[in-house]
Amino acid sequence: MKTEEFCKMISRSKPGPGDGGNTGSWRVLRPVINLELCIPVKMNKKACFNCWLYCPDSVVSKTIPPVINFDYCKGCGICAEECPVDAISMVDEATPMEEEK
Amino acid sequence: MHIIESGNVAAATGVKLSRAQVIAAYPITPQTPLTEKLSEFVESEEFDAQYIPVESEHSAMAVCIAASTAGARAFTATSANGLLYMSEQLHWAVGARLPLVMCVANRGIGAPWTVWNDQQDTMSQRDAGWIQIYANDHQQIIDSVIKAFLLAQTVSIPVMVCYDGYILSHTYMPFEQPDQDQVDSFLPPFAPKNFLDPENPGNFNPVTLPDVRPGVDGEIEPGYIEIRHNLHEDLRTTLDTYAAIDKEFEEQFGRGGNPLIEQYKCVDADFVAVCIGSLSYQLRDVIDLMRDDGVKIGVMSVQMYRPFPDEVIVAALADKKCAIVLEKALSYGNQGALYGDIKSALYNSDTKPHVHNYILGLGGREIKTQHLLDALTESCKSPETIGDTPRWIGLKL
Amino acid sequence: MDRLKIIKKNIMEKKTTILNLTEEEFVHSGNRACSGCGLSIIYRMGLKALGKNTILVVPPSCLTVLQGLYPVASTKLPCVNVTFASTGAAATGVRGAMKALKKENVNVVAWAGDGGTGDIGIQALSGACERGEDIIYICYDNEAYMNTGVQRSGTTPQGVLTTTTPIKGKLQEKKDVPAIIAAHGIGYVATASAAYPLDFYDKVKKAMTISGPRYIHVHTPCPPGWSFDTRFTIKVGKLAVKSGLFDLYEIEDGEFQLTGESKRLVGKEKPPVTDYFNSQGRFKSLDAELVKKVQERVDAKWAKY
Repeated sequence: MKTEEFCKMISRSKPGPGDGGNTGSWRVLRPVINLELCIPVKMNKKACFNCWLYCPDSVVSKTIPPVINFDYCKGCGICAEECPVDAISMVDEATPMEEEK
Repeated sequence: MHIIESGNVAAATGVKLSRAQVIAAYPITPQTPLTEKLSEFVESEEFDAQYIPVESEHSAMAVCIAASTAGARAFTATSANGLLYMSEQLHWAVGARLPLVMCVANRGIGAPWTVWNDQQDTMSQRDAGWIQIYANDHQQIIDSVIKAFLLAQTVSIPVMVCYDGYILSHTYMPFEQPDQDQVDSFLPPFAPKNFLDPENPGNFNPVTLPDVRPGVDGEIEPGYIEIRHNLHEDLRTTLDTYAAIDKEFEEQFGRGGNPLIEQYKCVDADFVAVCIGSLSYQLRDVIDLMRDDGVKIGVMSVQMYRPFPDEVIVAALADKKCAIVLEKALSYGNQGALYGDIKSALYNSDTKPHVHNYILGLGGREIKTQHLLDALTESCKSPETIGDTPRWIGLKL
Repeated sequence: MDRLKIIKKNIMEKKTTILNLTEEEFVHSGNRACSGCGLSIIYRMGLKALGKNTILVVPPSCLTVLQGLYPVASTKLPCVNVTFASTGAAATGVRGAMKALKKENVNVVAWAGDGGTGDIGIQALSGACERGEDIIYICYDNEAYMNTGVQRSGTTPQGVLTTTTPIKGKLQEKKDVPAIIAAHGIGYVATASAAYPLDFYDKVKKAMTISGPRYIHVHTPCPPGWSFDTRFTIKVGKLAVKSGLFDLYEIEDGEFQLTGESKRLVGKEKPPVTDYFNSQGRFKSLDAELVKKVQERVDAKWAKY
């Protein structure tokens, strides 16, 4: 009659990343930051960070330079659209990443 | 303390003694005096609980579900259409494994409107997974409420304590009110393992997949079907658990001993009238009359209807000549639900009685002793020839 | 205005900026929200504002999907999923338990979609507002039943194509849910937009300083539901505000005032509503007559501001 003998299964999820899997695989277009234009990089101080603010998936870091987590970036392009100096371009996902070249 | 009060007040007193922490209710006849009494207890500061006067039964159950998930002992009460309005929530509370307790003052369901007693409301919710306990008198109401809170939190399944509207809810009877100290030692505080906790966050009742799936720590977690299977298994074990709780209650309070079924003059009986609720007392009078005429007949009331105590019922009925099931509800187009359950339980038994089914008292139609006497006498005279179709008692047209 | 009120006002008027906005995240990456989801932006912002000591109440909606399938949660805060119609009551229940358990310092926050709020959930929400429950209710308004595949809701604007208004577009006007909630006389009602996340963040922060029922209605662009490219979520949201269709405001203790971008627009020339309509596929069945009518309604509304 011990309580522990009952209710061994309960639908309570524990927090963790990547419930949707590797959502980076959803991407058709990939954001590429031109560091020569990026405001915080150019000014070498914390500034702008529109890409960080508007990212729906919190995959852009608030760092100099901003870094995108491509494991989870869904490629929506909001960062590119909201960048005030057009430093981010959306390139075809089929083009190799910098480190792959 | 020995007091004389209504069934609704017996229920309210049981809730207070059980130290429910969050109470939400919406008024519906004949449940209303119960919630009125609880709000009076709370407003007079005699009872330290949150009383939330919600705008519907659906919300009453929502409050209870959420409060219980957050770690509080929660209670509500309703009747008839109010119960049906919370139907979705009833299933939710079970699936979420919440130890709620709800009183239902049984009443017929509209349309057409009826405020009077039958048991169609709770019987229609028998497949939700709630534990259903039926009280036959005021003492059983107050005792069942206290036992229900312990049962619910032991097995993590909500419990309905049902009693006949008006016949029990509004009539006055003497009963023993347990002392608070005694109840406190019987019923420990609710201290759930899992609850809404900012220090240990979790997402309760999310979408669950058809298949098993690994969790964040890599362990395989159940799919929907495993979670539901676990519920069913726990419900089956609940029969023994409730018997044990009843025994504990009996040791402490000196009352109990019939947690699953209650029998009256059944030991030597050839015939047994079977029912749920207060009807069992009226049947005792009828049976005494028949006993005077030499008919060996007894009465059995089903105290816990879900989970269904099939083994206990088979043991009680298998060697009888005939079981006569009298019901204030039916599965329309088929037969009485209890009748169907009893026949099903007896199917694999080596010996089995004939089983008859009578429908009576719907929408509060008066159940006359003479009608019961006539029906039982007929069943006892010709157990073999009465067929499977339910027979109706007290129809005038 | 008494001293305390002035101090409070001064504190509140220090608007949050990108640079001082906390980096702490309460939503995990790799969740199931669609690419470019407006809800994701405001959920991320709202939870940043609310912080750790928060319990969430969520009915079926896109948020259920975003929050993750068992056994993985994409949110780092405790949350109870509840039935569709019961959000306001369930939040009441959590608060009731917090009172009973003497855990008074927790934010109890309901977060629901527009259908879950203004249609099926309005009764429970109205009850909670009338009772004065100490809860924050956030409605993200993506103007249709998106999670089930873009069916019309009471809050879908007139003329919009949905899967249940597939040819003529919705015939009726958008239900004004924040006005209905404001009619309950609660202490704080605000509107916000996913396109102005910092404004929304500050409104949540302000709501947290007030007790009783608080309601924030957030206009939330939805790329698949509204038929626009995922990159334009912010642009489309801003156009709704700049054209004067969706107004940012607060009603504090009964006092209405425009806020943020809408406040700046008073007396200024606004882009025509057609700019907004043309930015999305869902308005493509609008005829010139209805467009004219909508523009007239917007102009008449702004004439009063």
